[in-house]
Parts: sequence; structure tokens; C-alpha cells
Amino acid sequence: MLRCEGLTQTYLSGGRELTVLKDITFALEDSGFLAIVGPSGSGKTTLLGLLAGLDRPSRGSVFLDGADLGGMTEDQRARLRGDKVGFVFQSFQLIPTLTALENVQVPLELSGRPADERPRELLARVGLAERSHHYPAQLSGGEQQRVALARAFANRPRILFADEPTGNLDSATGGSIVELMLELNRDFGTTIVLVTHDLTLAGRARRIIRLADGVLANDTAA
Amino acid sequence: MTSTGFVLRMAAREGRASWRRLLVLTAAVAVGVAALVAINAFSDNLRISVKDQARSLLGADMALVSRRPLPPLAEAVLDTVSRGGAVARVAQFAAMAYVPRTAGTQLVQVTAAEPGYPFYGEIVTAPATAWSRLHDGANVVVEPALLAQLGAKVGDTLSLGESRLTIIGVTTRIPGDVGVRAAFGARVFIPWRLLQATELLGAGARAEYAAYVRLPADADALKLAGRYRNTLRPERVRIRTVEEDRNNLTETLDRLGNYLGLVALMALLLGGLGVASAVSVFIRRKLDSIAVLRCLGASSGQVFSVYLLQAVGMGLLGSLLGVLGGIVIQQLLPLVLRDFLPVAVSSAPSARAIGLGLVVGLWVSSIFALLPLLTVRRVPPLAALRRDVDPSPSRRDPLTLPTLGLLALSIVALTALQVGNWQTALYFSLGIGGAVTVLWLASLGLTRAVRRWNPARWPYVWRQGLANLHRPSNQTTTVVLALGFGAFLLATLYLVQHNLLRQLDLSGGTGRPNLVVLDIQPDQLAPAESLLKADGLRLTGPVPIVPMRISAINGRPVLRTGDDSVEVDSAAGAGGPGGSQRRAAWAVRREYRSTYRDTLVSSEKLTAGKWWAPGAAPPASPYAVSIEVGLASELNVTLGDTITWDVQGLPVITRITSMREVNWARFEPNFFVVFEPGVLERAPQSALLLTRVDDPSARGRIQRRLVERFSNLTAVDISNVQAAVEKLVGQVTLAIRFMALFSLITGAVVLAGAVATSRYQRVREGALLRTLGATRGQILRVVIAEYAALGLIAAIAGLGLAVAAAWALARWVFESPFGVPASVAGLGILVVAGTALIGLLNSRDVVRRAPLEVLRGE
Repeated sequence: MLRCEGLTQTYLSGGRELTVLKDITFALEDSGFLAIVGPSGSGKTTLLGLLAGLDRPSRGSVFLDGADLGGMTEDQRARLRGDKVGFVFQSFQLIPTLTALENVQVPLELSGRPADERPRELLARVGLAERSHHYPAQLSGGEQQRVALARAFANRPRILFADEPTGNLDSATGGSIVELMLELNRDFGTTIVLVTHDLTLAGRARRIIRLADGVLANDTAA
Repeated sequence: MTSTGFVLRMAAREGRASWRRLLVLTAAVAVGVAALVAINAFSDNLRISVKDQARSLLGADMALVSRRPLPPLAEAVLDTVSRGGAVARVAQFAAMAYVPRTAGTQLVQVTAAEPGYPFYGEIVTAPATAWSRLHDGANVVVEPALLAQLGAKVGDTLSLGESRLTIIGVTTRIPGDVGVRAAFGARVFIPWRLLQATELLGAGARAEYAAYVRLPADADALKLAGRYRNTLRPERVRIRTVEEDRNNLTETLDRLGNYLGLVALMALLLGGLGVASAVSVFIRRKLDSIAVLRCLGASSGQVFSVYLLQAVGMGLLGSLLGVLGGIVIQQLLPLVLRDFLPVAVSSAPSARAIGLGLVVGLWVSSIFALLPLLTVRRVPPLAALRRDVDPSPSRRDPLTLPTLGLLALSIVALTALQVGNWQTALYFSLGIGGAVTVLWLASLGLTRAVRRWNPARWPYVWRQGLANLHRPSNQTTTVVLALGFGAFLLATLYLVQHNLLRQLDLSGGTGRPNLVVLDIQPDQLAPAESLLKADGLRLTGPVPIVPMRISAINGRPVLRTGDDSVEVDSAAGAGGPGGSQRRAAWAVRREYRSTYRDTLVSSEKLTAGKWWAPGAAPPASPYAVSIEVGLASELNVTLGDTITWDVQGLPVITRITSMREVNWARFEPNFFVVFEPGVLERAPQSALLLTRVDDPSARGRIQRRLVERFSNLTAVDISNVQAAVEKLVGQVTLAIRFMALFSLITGAVVLAGAVATSRYQRVREGALLRTLGATRGQILRVVIAEYAALGLIAAIAGLGLAVAAAWALARWVFESPFGVPASVAGLGILVVAGTALIGLLNSRDVVRRAPLEVLRGE
């Protein structure tokens, strides 16, 4: 499903080359649930961005569902994301000018699929059927993240990337969000890549990759 | 297409929630479009009115016009063309009117007409029968203003020259008459057959003689005019036709409309600046959403389209509102321009103007939105994930330069569309570009300067206010451009008006004459002088005036050709190569009213040659003349050239011995040509006298006594002339200022928008500062410091540009001296104070809301 080889990311910082990720190689099977953990600054989020095709690596390559991201233009990658990828962000990232329902509709509309039934079902699934016409500002943090989850699953993605999805939530709410993610992983067979520094949360994953200073320090599957 | 579907739906949803943020865009476009629609609709209606009323403007199919009674050749032409039609003769001249009952005198413009005039159109009178009864007796119909001026009423006797006439009515409408004309004397109509009896048109009197012709139905006025024009030109008889008159008038009015439209276009372009600034702020707030959309798989093109569509939608709304506003303002324009219009203009909306306004408004809002929208294309999706990724792309979009080019091209094209001339459009656009560059540099200099030299010793509030000018996402450039441009336009108009009027300041200097007595015949001179002196007045003059024409230059006769613009000498002489020299036709053909004297006067300066020595040897042919420099270049003559004059039939050969520069703006008797004394003393001539009477009522009394005693004299009260000129200039500038006002309104909209967009940031900053212990007063002073600095730099740059522009106009267009009045500084202070005020009004929230409320709302 997801494979990366020799993934290296360097930035220029104050005239010096700064290596954020160094030679990361691993592969993830279909319907897997991977957690990437590590202290802040270890390169977790950078890795997630590269795996999802949000950025280009300095070296190395990423294959998402068999497609080599390195050979694609930004718009081609955007189309791939629209077809096969879902996202959940730490800060929810709902579009503030759209209602909950409309936020969930966006991925479907982008790919030109009918956007009537499924968004409502998904909102009901995350327990927000009653609040589908509310704007993000009218929802609590946990509710916003549930809308974000519904949005992430709207286009039946093959893979879901989640960046600290519970980082802005209290532990009880965070726990319910993780439950929901597991449920959806089970029901839809979606591969999940989760970035977190919460070890309890990571413990729910079937596989854990630990990063330290940009190097793959430990892989429970290895 | 699914992509289109998404873009449309997304734009609609986004727009539903965020249209308020783009209201500035809408307002900025609306003001400019309103001005444009109003002026263009007005021009269209004017053109239609001129077309419809063209025949009544001339009052005939054709007219033969001359400064002298029509010569025999013209009479012969008249006989030929009017066969089967009709002729009405008309003479027009200025004279003094006097009403014995009220003892009022007034300078009037007399029209003596034969029955039948005008053949087309109608002079409407009150009572309605007055016009038809005009020729029944010794009657006169006058403009209503004259009755007020003389304190007279219908039925009174009006004395005009040697005639006593009965006022039988007033005109209520004269076709083709322009309101400002009345400033130079009310119009009075008398029967043609009474013209002789007035004895006003003696030798040398200034009058225009015309024969109005109604042609037979099958005649073609243009063809006839073409056939006889060249025959009559050497006789100094012009031929006017309806069609040519209409074309000339349409051309003049079009030019007026075009240039007023240009002022409107400037408001719209300034609005474009508001569009760009509003969109740029709008996009900055949307970067997060854009990054998310990119994460969710939206292509850069789709996202770009979503936001372009919103900008265009609000631009369309602005254009529609502008059209509505334009239709309302259009009703006001005839009032502002009333005195310049020879026709009644309807205020019906014009489809062309509305369509043009919509298209231009939409185009301006799209093209100006494009540049800030380019940012959208390069927002990295990674920004949704990482807070530390700057969502505003640093690299320049490759489309930036093409977009800028398109923008520049659009400005030239829009201007060309408005003035109908590519060259003017190009110059105008370059001017705008120059002004914008100067203003941009000024704002850049300001931010650089305060960053580098923010004086550490200044009080905190001032340093904070100045520091705000270069904080991230500041609006310094936008505000300086918008305000500076508005100030530039208004100050330029103000300076031009001031300099034109200052030049015409006739009352200045207490010793200057303010009463001129014209047309004094030689036998009237002594009694007139003693009449004035009896009142203890000090006289200037008499200044003799001798009418003459040029018959030859350097021995070669002139005026034997029909060339329209220039006179070409016959190549007979031993002149230059090819033997032809170009001379301006008007200068060769005109009647010269020359004088003779032995000294220069104060309004003249010798620029070449030598003035004749007083008391020198008696003059001999060729006699010495001094010529005005401007005329010399028109005539293409210089020192040493000879000019042969036709003085009432007698040839007088002269040689140019000096050239003078003349300040024509001084209302003093100035002359193109001055003869040395001892040549023209015996020629037929009249004289003028000048004097100064400070008390206006005494001035009126003296005018009256002169006219009672010498009915042919014209006494001109220069303060009236000055008032008329001021009124004229005032009305021209009122029209322009009215249009320039829209630029100022747009500038204020852009400023308010700029302030409003940073309000959120300010409210947070204010809350933070107050948490740290700042008082409301301190925070308000920070705001004042920031906006006063903005206003100051905009005012300095705008006024500086205006001074440069007005100087250039004075130097090359009006050819007048130039000065900057202190009152311009007042305009500057107004800009600074206004800016600070708008800043303060928009910052009320900063101090009104509780700090905790703001910080928790984060």
C-alpha cells in the first residue's frame, strides 16, 4: 500500500544544511495501522508530509498504492490525494466558511462523485447528524475533529494520514476519536498512518515506527 | 464538468460566508463605475440632443458670416443659393443699453434680425406673442436677466444708441444659446430695419454680419458650401452649414465628455487599487483553507478559480450598484454643466453607457484581483500540516510579469476606449504610472525610514505607531497610493484654477483702471475727457485704435488662396528655396486693431530690436513697427521684415524694428502691433480711455452719463468682466471637481477598507497592550501616530506631484506664470487630519472591547 525508500529531507537553515530525515525505508501492507512516534523535532510530521505527497523529498522515493509520487506534478499528486488519501490534522483544519455537512462534501465534490447520501451517513456515524448545518466555530474541539474524520473518510480513501489528531483535545475526547478511527479502519479497510507523541494512543496501532533525530530508530514490525 | 461544478459550488458557499470581507472591493468598484456610467450616459444623451436639435442650433440650412457687411460677391452667392428659399439677415454686436425710467445702464449683446429668423427652432418668449410682434414696431425682446440688472419691466423704454425701443417681452428659451455667454452681457433682439437708426454700427465698429438661408427642399447645403467656400474666403466670408456646425459641436462636446470621463476612469482605476488590496487581505485570511483544499485533492487551478470567482462576483455586484448610482448621478450632471450646453439634454439612461460601465467595472475588478490571487496557486498543501511552513509563497509566480503586463495594457486600453485616442491614452497611462511610482517610492521610503531610524528617544506611543507602518501585512503602500492619488488629483485641479484666476486678477493693485470707455470717435474725445475729469477722475489714455489688415509680407501679397489652415505665399518673389513660407491663416486674415505711441507700457517687455527714440527724425516709409513675439512666429516674420498694411484702403509699408512680449492676461489695452508715432495720426480711428472709480454706484452713474451723452460709446466695467471670467473658470472647474470628487470618495473607501482589514489584528494587539497596562489614551495615540504618518507621507507625495503637474500644465499648456498658494498646505492638513480621523473611527473596537474577551476569543 505504502512504501518509502531512502527517504531523506534536508533544509537550508542560516546557510547550513539541516538534515531533518535521513534514509527512511519501510513498507506498509493494505489495511495496516501504523503509528509514527518520537519526541518533538524528531521529523514525524515531515515524514507524514512526504508520505502523503504534500512535499517532495530531497532524496529517496515514495510509492503510494503503487504510484511513484516523485514522478508526479503537484496537481497530479493533488488528484491522487483526492482519490485515495484522507487527512486528519491536529488543528482540525475545517474550512470555517462551510457548514459541517459541506466540509464533508468537499472531497466528494472535488472528485465529482455524488455528495448527498454519504456525507450524511458519515456525520451520523460520528454522531453529528443533528449538527450538520453548524459552522465549525459553533462546534466544540471534539466535534470539529469528528467532522474532520467524517471528511477524511468521505471519498473512501485507501489510506488515512492523521497528524496528532488528539493533540488539541482532552484525553476522554481524544480516546473517543481514536475509537472512531479504529472502527472506520476495521469497517472500510482503510490503511491508517498516525503521527503522535502520545504512547497510549500509539499502543492501539498494530505497528509502531519510532523516529529519533530524523533516523528510524525502531520498527516493531522489523 | 465536475471540476466546474465544484468550483461553482465552492465559490458560492465561500462567498455566502465571506462576502462582507470583499465589500470594500464592491464599494471601490461601485464608485468608479457610477462616475463612468453617469458621464458616458450624459455624453450619449448630449450627442443625441445635438443631432436632434442641430437645425435649430444654426436656425437655418446655411449661413454666410462676415465681420463686415456682406461684400457684393457674397450677395451674388446669396442670390444664387437662396433662389426658391428664403434669406434673413442678422447682425450681432455689443452696445450699451439704457433704461431712462430706472436710469440703469448695462452692456448688452444686440441681435438685429430680419423677419423669418430663425427658420428652424423657436425663440420662446413671454408673453408668447412677443417674438411674432417684434417686427411690428420699435420693439425689443430681451433676456430676463437684463430686466433684473436694469430694474426694468416689460413695457419700459429701452434706449439703444439713438433708438428708443419698447420692451415687449422676455426670452425664455433661445435655441443654441450657451448659458455662460450671458456673463458677457444679456442678449437683446431688435428688428433688422431699426439697425440703421441706432447709429451703433459706424466705421470700425465690431459686429458680426450674417445672412441665414433656408434652402429649397432639394438643395444640398454641404455641396453648396463646398462650391462657394473658396470663392468667398478671400472676401473674409465664412459659410456655415447645419452639418458642419453639428460635427464641430459634437466634436467639442465629445472632447468635454471624454476628458470628464477620464477623470471618472481615474476614480475607477483607484478603485482597482482597492480591489487588489481587498483581495490580497482576503486571500491572506484564506491561506489555511486553501492549504486544506489542496490536501483534499483540489488542484491549484480549481482553488484559484474558486477565489477568482468570488472576486469577480463581488466586482459584478459593485458594477451593478455602480450602474444604479450612475443613473442617479446622471440626473445631476446637466445641473453642473448647464451653462455650457447649447441644447436641452435628456437624462434617460443610456444602454451603451450601462453596458460599458458593467464591462469596464467587471474587467477592472478581475484584472486587479488577478495579481494578489496568483498567491493562491502556490500555497503548499504542507501548510495545513505544519504551522511553521509559511503559507504565503516566497517565490514569485511565473505569471506575475505577464499579469502585470496585462494590467498595464488594460489601463492603456481602457483609457483609449474612453478618450478614443491611443496616443493620449498612452501618455495618460504613463502619467498614471509615473504618479503611482512616485507614491510607491514614497511609501517604500517611509517604511524603510521608520524601520531604520525609529528614534529610540521618542515616547513609546509614537515609536509603536510608526513601527506599525512596517509590521507584517501592513497596509502602508495601499493607503499611501490611494490617498496620495486622490490628493494629487484634487490639488492639481486646485492649483491650475488658482493660477489661471490669479493671472486674471484685475482688481489687484488699487491704482489699476477698472472702467474702460471704448469706441470714442475723434470728435467725442475732448468732451468725453472733460466729462470724466469733471468727476475728478484720473484718466489713462486716450489710446488710439486704428483698424487695419495685412496686404503683403516682404512685398508678397497674401490672402489669394483658399488653403484652410495656412497661407502660402505666392512663389513669385526671390524668397527661400521653393519660394513658399507657411504662415498661420488666422494671423494673416484677421483684422488688426493697432495703436501708435512713443513708449512701452508696463505689460510689455522688449525682447528683440530697438524701441524708437522719442523725438527722432520724422518717420519715413517703411515705417517702424513693433510686433508681439507670438504673432511674429505665427506670421513667420522677424526683425527687418516688411509688412504692408491695408489701412482703410490705404497701403502703409512698415518694417519690424522690435519685438515685444505682452502679458495678455492683464486687462489693459494690449496690442499685437504698435506703430511709431507720426504715421497713423490722420488715419480713421477711435480711442479708448481708462479710469478708476472705486465706488460701484459711482461707476454706474458715470457709465450712464457717458451713454446718455454719447450713445455709441461702450463703457465696460472691468470688475463685471472679472466676475464673468471667474464665473466661467469656476464653472469649468466645478464640473471637473465634481468628477474628481469620485476619486476622493474611492480613496476614502480604500483607506477605510485598509483600516478595517487590519482591525482584527489591531483589536488583538490592543487587548495585549492593555493587558500589559496600556491605557486607552495611549492606544489611541498609537493609532493617531500611525495614521498621521500615513496621511502626512501621502499628502506630501500627492501635493508634490500636484505641484509638478500643475507647473508643467502652466508652463506648456496654459503658458502662464506659476505660483503655489499657501492654501495648498491647508489641503495637506485636511488629508492628514482626515486620515487620522478615519483611522480612529475604525479603531473604536480596539479600546471598546474588554481585553479578556478578545484574548479568550482567540
